[in-house]
Amino acid sequence: MISLINTVLLTLLAVVTVAIVRQRSLFGVVILASIYSFLMASVLIVLDAVDVAMTEASVGAGVSTVILLATLHLIKTTEMRSVRPHLLPLFVVLGTGAVLVWGTLVLPSFGTADAIIHKHVAPRYLSDTIKETNVPNAVTSVLADYRGYDTLGETTVIFTAGIGVMLLLRGARRRGRPDGAES
Amino acid sequence: MSLDLILRVGTKLILPFVLLFALYVQFHGDFGPGGGFQAGVITAGMVILLAITFGLEAAQRIAPQSLVERMIPLGVLIYAGTGVAGLVMGKNYLDYSVFSHDPAHGHELGIFMVEAGVLITVAGTMTALFYAFVERGR
Repeated sequence: MISLINTVLLTLLAVVTVAIVRQRSLFGVVILASIYSFLMASVLIVLDAVDVAMTEASVGAGVSTVILLATLHLIKTTEMRSVRPHLLPLFVVLGTGAVLVWGTLVLPSFGTADAIIHKHVAPRYLSDTIKETNVPNAVTSVLADYRGYDTLGETTVIFTAGIGVMLLLRGARRRGRPDGAES
Repeated sequence: MSLDLILRVGTKLILPFVLLFALYVQFHGDFGPGGGFQAGVITAGMVILLAITFGLEAAQRIAPQSLVERMIPLGVLIYAGTGVAGLVMGKNYLDYSVFSHDPAHGHELGIFMVEAGVLITVAGTMTALFYAFVERGR
């Protein structure tokens, strides 16, 4: 049953990806990307990674779709046809993909219980989370406590990104164009 | 006006439950899926839904731009401040066991503080980004 669901979801992911590549209207691309995120969230639920699925659904399908649509409101919504040939980008993409696939060959196969990553600190996190933090959800205790430095860094990244985008969007208007002028 | 009646009434019905769900995700994150990041995005989603349906002014009445922009650094300060509190009280940075006599309870409190910081920064950033894009498009 699980493998059937996975097959359907992964096939749909591939179909949506091809549709995104072939789509020239950027509005369609944004909506398809939102669908992609929802499919990805479903795949993550099948993998029992509910926390990640929730993030993917709310950020990938929700907020980033809204912000991309708001961006389309500021720019043209049709992708221009490229005048140069696609050979070099195609070569780069195929090369990168081949290297990534080659890299996965040495990884332990999916779902292996005795993979190295499950033998290092993960057992301690899982068995001691209630004793050490009173928090039954190990995802939360790893995120906010055992790996608190990483999450502090992540929060700082969000802070920096937000400040940067706001400076870009609001700073240019104050210096250059007066309000109401068309670009 | 009459054409978007369903949209307006539907949005009004949904909004309080979206906020309630965000708070549930935040405070139930210790037991179920969720946490500060997801709750922050859902909170921002509520404000964005309000802005899309009722206009930017309505959204800025409940979430003023100055407040939203102050939330961005405030959350990081709460997070980093929780770490500094550990330093001041004689343990390592981000060691939460100082907050209570029972170390496990201290960790619980520390996680609560840190998640609150993440919620504030994420909700503020997402809403401020949306405001910035909308104002630029006018």
